[in-house]
Amino acid sequence: MADAVARDLRIPVVRRRVGARALVSRKSMIAFFFALPLILIVLCLVVYPAFYSMHLATLNKSMTKFVGFGNFEFLFKRNTFWMVVEQSVLFAVTAVIFKAVIGFVVAHFVHNIPLKGQRKWRGMLLIPWVIPPAMSTLAWLWLFDPSYSAFNWILNHLGLAGIPWLGNPYWARAGIILVNVWVGSPFFMIMYLAALKSVPEQLHEAAAIDGANWFQKIWYVNLPMMRNIIQITALFSLIVTFANFDIVKILTNGGPVDQTHVFATWAFTLGIWGNDIPLGASVSLFMFPILAVAAGLILRNIRNRGNEA
Amino acid sequence: MTTATAQIGTGERSAVRYGSIARGRKRTLYWSYFFLILFVIFFLMPPVYMFITSLKTSAEIGAVTNPWWVYHPTLQNYIDLLSQAQFLTFFKNSALVAVIVVSVTMVVSIMAAFSLARMKFWGSGTLATGVFLTYLIPESLLFIPLFKIFAFIHDLTGIELINHWWVLVFLYPTLTVPFCTWIMIGYFASIPKELDEAALIDGAGYIQILTRVFIPVALPGIIAATIFCFTVSWANFLYPLAFTTSADQLVLPVGIVTTLIKGDVYNWGQIMTGALLGAAPPLIIYAFLMDYYIAGLTAGATKG
Repeated sequence: MADAVARDLRIPVVRRRVGARALVSRKSMIAFFFALPLILIVLCLVVYPAFYSMHLATLNKSMTKFVGFGNFEFLFKRNTFWMVVEQSVLFAVTAVIFKAVIGFVVAHFVHNIPLKGQRKWRGMLLIPWVIPPAMSTLAWLWLFDPSYSAFNWILNHLGLAGIPWLGNPYWARAGIILVNVWVGSPFFMIMYLAALKSVPEQLHEAAAIDGANWFQKIWYVNLPMMRNIIQITALFSLIVTFANFDIVKILTNGGPVDQTHVFATWAFTLGIWGNDIPLGASVSLFMFPILAVAAGLILRNIRNRGNEA
Repeated sequence: MTTATAQIGTGERSAVRYGSIARGRKRTLYWSYFFLILFVIFFLMPPVYMFITSLKTSAEIGAVTNPWWVYHPTLQNYIDLLSQAQFLTFFKNSALVAVIVVSVTMVVSIMAAFSLARMKFWGSGTLATGVFLTYLIPESLLFIPLFKIFAFIHDLTGIELINHWWVLVFLYPTLTVPFCTWIMIGYFASIPKELDEAALIDGAGYIQILTRVFIPVALPGIIAATIFCFTVSWANFLYPLAFTTSADQLVLPVGIVTTLIKGDVYNWGQIMTGALLGAAPPLIIYAFLMDYYIAGLTAGATKG
């Protein structure tokens, strides 16, 4: 190896420069070829379909005629559409807030206990996130069962009336949010715990000397230090929650009377089951604005983070 | 701690305060444990209830007894399900899809991440941002156009793409490739430049630098990305539900939901057993590789 280097050193200056330039262009060629499979996958399977769905949304049901904004006009006139918009926003915002609060609180509890026990607790608390959501939602469906609900059994034994978990639209909405919070809050907990660990201990000591109580330490020390991670996690989860499909599909399938449909499940019902692909595509496109805003904010946050470091 | 020691020297009043801080600490600890136990009960209740139900006979499930207890435990549900050819087909389909997707994704994303993190070419910075943005596009936005595109390919070439398990191999990379590339870029970028410069001086080519330096050094990141990739391809529900329908082409999550729930007849013992078996592979991997799993989770949003 050393010989090769020594031989290179004897090459005349001019030739070396040409060699270097050739090397640079060769290097970027190789780099491009290394990234080519990724570029192809992203272009063919993500970017092209995303734009294609915009084109699809402007066609009629048999996809033979261009109807412009006809599908959207049709949607705006339907009550179900506005119900879906309302339910999607309500579901995503409420679920993210609950997940963030629970994640934040549980992360503090885990952080409080001695370090050597933390791994065990963290391991148990993350299990809901690891189970495939479709499988755990089945367990919730069974827990919510109208005649054998295990929750109602407990309520009845406490002398309370059973709850029609999935039969009543309001309870069904609450149930969907509950399952989503159950699945998602462990992720928040892990992220916030990692952020908590990066808060320097000196800051807490300084706060303690100044006579801060536990709430002031959390509010004036932890929260500002964790702000970036809190924002990124919440925005990221907002995207995933807004696009959620599995939980609503299995738990209620949109019912009772379409009251719990979100964009993804309604698009599936219209597009795949109802065979009206353009209409389904138009519905799913309504996810796009909120996704774009959240993605832009996440990107800005990550850039800021890069500058701080 | 520092506060406590600082105050020790200032007489009797501080001694009292020292005691109160220690007591406060102990109280915080007990309350933390108390609430942690409550949260663990909440988080573990559904899987535990799945397990309880899976040990019951249909008769016991239908009886008006305590649903939280098993009076006559039996493994009959497991025996029934695992001796069903159909259920084993679901398992096989799921495993094949997951293995193929994981291999393809890891090769594609490691190569791309190496190129984007180190070699750089015209537009590579934009591409890295683009990868992150595509990772944020959810599958619920893509399944309808992809469905139409696949139908269109069938009309053009006569290759039937819908209703085959292997078509999922083309679909899952939309979810796995952007994320794995994104976290691998983070891991590769954290490797000191001196390492690959040293390899370059020793006469290594780019492929050798990748296989001999980057892959061994970034192995924890690769394991984390592989686990993520496997979990996603095992758990996905929307794509197989939209793209496969006949019973012999289904993967596990969809198979359990569509074949075990027949009309209004719910055989809950078997459904819960199936769900538990379907959740087992990710859970087992998680049990053994928890630290990698958590590292991958936090890397997604913090590296960059």
